[in-house]
This record gives sequence, structure tokens and C-alpha cells, in this order.
Amino acid sequence: MKEFNIIICGVGGQGIILASEILALTAMESGFDVKKSEVHGMSQRGGSVVSHVRIGEKIYSPLIEKGKCDFLVSLEKAETLRWVHYLKKDNPVIIVNDLELIPPFVSLGLDNYPQNIEENLKNITKNLYFVPGVEITRKLGETRSTNILMIGFLSRFLPFEEKTWEKVIKENLPAHILDVNLKAFKEGRRL
Amino acid sequence: MKLLLSGNEAVARGAWEAGVKVACAYPGTPSTEILENLAKYKEIDAEWSPNEKVAFEVALGAAIAGARSMVSMKHVGLNVAADPFFSSAYTGVKGGFVIVSCDDPGMHSSQNEQDNRRYAKFAKVPLIEPSDPQEAHDFVKIAFEISERFEIPVLFRMTTRISHTKGIVEIGERKEIPIKDYTKNPQQFIILPANARVRHKVLEQKLINLKEFSNKTELNRIEKGKNSLGIVTSGVSYNYAKEVFPDAWILKLGMPFPFPEDLFKEFYKNVKKIIVIEENEPFLEEEIKIMGYKAEGKKYLPLCDELTPEIVRKSFNNEELSHPEPMNSVKRPPQLCPGCPHTGVFYSLAKLKATVTGDIGCYTLGALPPHNAMDTCICMGASIGNAFGFEKARGKNFSKRLVAVIGDSTFLHSGITSLIDVVYNKGNTTVVILDNRTTAMTGHQDHPGTGITAKGERTKEVDLAQLAKAIGVEEVYEVDPYNLKETLKTIKKAMESENPAVVISKGPCALLKEAREKFKTKQKKRVNNEKCLGEKCKACIRLGCPAISMVEGKAYISHLLCVGCDVCTQVCPVEAIE
Repeated sequence: MKEFNIIICGVGGQGIILASEILALTAMESGFDVKKSEVHGMSQRGGSVVSHVRIGEKIYSPLIEKGKCDFLVSLEKAETLRWVHYLKKDNPVIIVNDLELIPPFVSLGLDNYPQNIEENLKNITKNLYFVPGVEITRKLGETRSTNILMIGFLSRFLPFEEKTWEKVIKENLPAHILDVNLKAFKEGRRL
Repeated sequence: MKLLLSGNEAVARGAWEAGVKVACAYPGTPSTEILENLAKYKEIDAEWSPNEKVAFEVALGAAIAGARSMVSMKHVGLNVAADPFFSSAYTGVKGGFVIVSCDDPGMHSSQNEQDNRRYAKFAKVPLIEPSDPQEAHDFVKIAFEISERFEIPVLFRMTTRISHTKGIVEIGERKEIPIKDYTKNPQQFIILPANARVRHKVLEQKLINLKEFSNKTELNRIEKGKNSLGIVTSGVSYNYAKEVFPDAWILKLGMPFPFPEDLFKEFYKNVKKIIVIEENEPFLEEEIKIMGYKAEGKKYLPLCDELTPEIVRKSFNNEELSHPEPMNSVKRPPQLCPGCPHTGVFYSLAKLKATVTGDIGCYTLGALPPHNAMDTCICMGASIGNAFGFEKARGKNFSKRLVAVIGDSTFLHSGITSLIDVVYNKGNTTVVILDNRTTAMTGHQDHPGTGITAKGERTKEVDLAQLAKAIGVEEVYEVDPYNLKETLKTIKKAMESENPAVVISKGPCALLKEAREKFKTKQKKRVNNEKCLGEKCKACIRLGCPAISMVEGKAYISHLLCVGCDVCTQVCPVEAIE
């Protein structure tokens, strides 16, 4: 059974924990062992958030070892840079939501927002995908479904059936936002 | 049935299956979700206690009275509860009593990374450590059996990477355990010195019996390897050992104290070299060395920070897997939320150039830029005592620029006694209670000031102003923190007063329903670029509101984030925010 090591990252409030939950549950439903790890508390107050998801036959460590990450899914451009050194050397996949969130430290003049993000990431892998997530979900009517859109895009690389993904999404999202999220997942998967 | 559960959810489920009747806790990352989940079961009387000491004492009382009970807390919470903890080892229990300590190696959300395995040895109680959510579920049931069999409290130690790791857990059903008969037994449960001397001997005998048990229990096991390397490990570190050394022999300790000496000796026969893989303190390593055996652990592994697979690999093998070079991102520390009631208070304290002794909660973020409005933060409840100490050291004049800030939940946890100290010992310290009507930082738990129990039922609520008056504070003010002028004026008046003063900043956490309903009626703000003074002003930026940033030289307010709290309109000198 193949092993998949996935990091989902972004900024507190973007729905990273929910996205990793959907991924982990889909893996479990598909007969894989799975572990996911993230940190609650401080990091959720608008700070940087990261979730490690490990999928395989038998998973021990809840953390991905540096150099073993197959997929880096980032909901914010600069956050991608924070975790690139977890990626494996050999053709990892990087999926980036094309969104810049400027932290107050930049407005206060205490730090600079990184430049040339796309060029720098291109040096790491050919498998680099920039997804205009907010643009697409705005058309769908709910930008807060961007996390599920990104999971939809990731799903193309994973061996789980579409109906399993949809079952998990249906079971884990409240009814009033279900439709738009299912649409976002489908859009992401077909991009 | 199989579920995807976090370690904390798994402990709660396991405890419920084990027939727990009483559960108590004070919230603290990474332990909070244990009680949140226990509170969902109708068979369990679950409470948020005012602090960990109270939680411990209530749960211990229930166990002495014959029921299975559990108390859960973060690692530093056990410091607060240490007094009854040590006594409880002497008295012992009737119903099973499990103390869950969730440690935080790496200090993701804590002030230290103390290793509470040492507490088990210090207080002389058995220690159980799961390695993943499945074990958290299974071991907690065994912990209750051990506690009842040996009539002793059991310390169940988790860490962040177990509490907040989700894994697949095979669950079971609840087994009702009848409450044990209660008979009065003062020789056991009143630890007068004469009784305690006897109880200490009883405890030492229990530890001898527990060591025997530790050699035989299924919690401790030898995993055969393919080479001559022997690894001794416990907790989350076991997983890193399996990843990095798949061919080694492993002594996997689910019950590391009392240390299973005979089992270790048997293990030792099969290997040529012993290494110990454990986070923070050399707890297992010391046990092995005390027996007179050679072992290497902290010679290679760091004492500081949590372990990761790459640290284990690098420490012992001097190599790491190849990976891309790290890249610089942008500083993105946690911050106060848009519409946070604390923003106005910290803006005022920064304006007043106050010396601020701080406390534990969301408001500790007031220490960060742009406010930089905090001088100390030590532990839960320390702010008021620290301020009084500043006043004693530097005099009454200094204290006119001195403020202690403390949250409502933290004040009720352990701030109240320090305020009594200020009044009793004739201080004039000013205390600002940031009353956001919840325990916010840990994810919104109720407390005695909110009028809601852990079960979601209505109850009496503590009136903070009346409480302050009752202990002798004569100057008690209540302010609306969204009114900057009033907030600043009131804090200034309180600081300059010759008497102890309490200012209660009354504003529910911006994430609570109560606040969200209020904000729904408000207009989101926008900046008029023609009026905005731009880079040379930045008054609104200095509020530290996440919704406000500088875009192309002018202030910009994100409508995705703005809640319309109106605070920024009060700081703009040219009325550019509309």
C-alpha cells in the first residue's frame, strides 16, 4: 500500500483543520491507516496554522519527517514557504491558493511580505499548481469554501473514489453550507 | 466500531466506557477537549471547576466516596493541584481515580515544558503513558482497574502530539461499575501526622506491589528486532523510534513507573547496546542507570523542545533525509481578533505608558507589537501579586503608573486571593479585569462568572464587581472597552488613586454569539483615501486590528474581517474612517 504524506497550511480562520479532517476521514473510509496532527490554541488567533496528514498501511509518527512530504497544500502564498523544507527532494507536489494575506507586522513596518514566491517554488518542483481559489469560490457564492476547493484539487492525486469524498463531506458539514462546498469540491477536482 | 478520534476524544470515550461517574477540569491547552467530550455523556457528572486544585479535590472526594472519577488538566495545572495530589497518594482511593496530565513539549501554548512523568515518581503514584489515540482509549480503562486494584491514584500522562493527534480508534461500550460501599475510615482519610506516618508505609508497600505488576502488565512489552540495537521508549517517542529504527528491538513502556526492572533485564539479554528515546527529561534513562546498566539517550537527544522524526534521526545517525532548503516566510504571530474587546484596553495602556503585569489568556497577546503593553507574565493568577510586589519594591508613586491585567476566568481561577492580599496589606494596586465572559484562549469554556455549567445548564453567576467590593475594594469601575475615551479616562483615574482599584472592562469575546449578534447591526468600516494621512499617521494600524493594513500607502480595511466595532473611527485624527 502506498504512503501519502500531506501538509495543509495557511492562516488561522481559513478552515485548515476542517480540510485535513475531510482528507483523513476519506482515507479512513477507503481502508487506509491515517494519523493527523496539528496544534490548537495560540496558533489559531490569526497566526500561521499547519496540519500534517499521513496515510498508509500502518502509520506510526503523527508528524511528517522533513524530506518525506509528498504534497504541500497551502491556502496562502507566503505560508507555502514556511514548510517547503518538509518536502521530499524528488518531484513533490505543491498546490497554492493564489491569495496574499498581509499580516499586521508588515503594515507596522516590522517585516516584509516575501517577493517572487512563484519563481522560488518553481525551483523546487515542476509539479507546482497555483489555484485561483478565491476567484472561483466567489463565483460559487461563498469564498469560505476555498479550503474544500483546494482539497478537491488535491483529490486528483489521491487514490480515493469521488463518492467516498462526497460521502465524508456530506457527513461532516452543516446542511446550510453543504451544497456550495460540494460544488467547490467538484470544481477543484476538475480544474 | 472505528472512529477517527483525537487522543483527548479517545481518553474521554475510554473513561466513559470504564464507567466514570464524576469528571472535573479547568481548561488548558492541550487538555481542554477531554472534559468537553466527557460533558456530552449523560451518565457523567462533568464540571468546569474554578481551578485545577478544586477540580482535583472534587474528583478525589468522589473517588474516596466510591465512584470512578477523573480529573484532567494541562501540565502546569498539576502544579496548582500538587497539594491534594501528593496527599492523595497517601490516603489512596476506593473508586478508581485517574489524573490526566497533558504536557506540552515544544511549548506550543504554554509557559514551560515541564515533564510531568517526574511528578509520578515524586508523588509516588503509578504512571501510564499512551503512544497514540487507540492506546489512549484502551489504557485509560486499564488505568481505572489499576487504580482500584491498588487503591491508588494513577497519573495518566499525555502530550500535545497525542492529545491533538487524530487516529483510528476501535471503540467499545460502557460498562456500569457500581459505586463502592462507603465506610468511615479516619485512619486512612484524615492525614494527621500520626495517620500519615502509617499511610506512607502503606504507600511504599503499594509501590513494591506495583513494580511487580509493571513487569507483567500488557502495558509494557518487548518488540523483537532484527539487529542488536535495543531502544527503550514511551509515549509519542515510540512512534519516532519505529520510523527511524524499524529493525531495532524495542522495550515499549506504557507503564514506565514503577519501572519494570525484571522486564528490562530480560530485554537487555537480547541486545548489545541500549539507547533511550524520550522527550525532554531523561526519565527512563535515569531509571536504567540507577539499576547500574549503561544507556545512552540525552547524550544525543536534546532536553529542550519536542522530538520529531528528523531530530531522532539526526541525533543518533548524524544524518537527515535530503529536502529542499528552508525559505523565509513572513512573521505571522497570533493576534487579537477583529472586534476583540481587549484591543481598546491595550491601546489605552500603551497610551498611558503603564507598567503592566500580565496574566495567562488571549490578552497575553497585548505583549506583542503594536501594543507592547506588558511587562510580566508568569503563570495563572500571578498578575495581581506581581503588581503588588512592584509597588512594594518601587513605592506608591511608581504604582500610579502600574496596572495588573487579568481575564475573568483567570481572576476566578487564582487572582481573587491576590486581590485580597492587596486590600489586606494596604496596597493601592490597580487591577483591570478583562471580562469577556468566557475562557477564550482555550476555545470558549464557561466558568463561574458566565452563569452556564459545563453541561450547558443555567446556574448562578459570580458578580465580579460585588465580589471585589465584598473583599474591601472601594473603587470599582465598569467600562465599555469599545469607548476608548471612557476606558482611558477610567484606567487613568484608577491608577492615580491612593486606594486599591478594580476596573472591569465589560465586553464579550468577539467570537461569542452575544458579540456577533451585536456586530450584525453594525456597518463595516471603509477608509476615505482622500482624507487618510497614510504612512505618516498609521494611528489605526497601531490598534493591531487584523482587518486593517496599509495598501499602496493608505490604510485599508478588509470587509472579510471587519466586524464594525467602531474603535478605529475613534483613533483616526482626520475622520477618514467611515
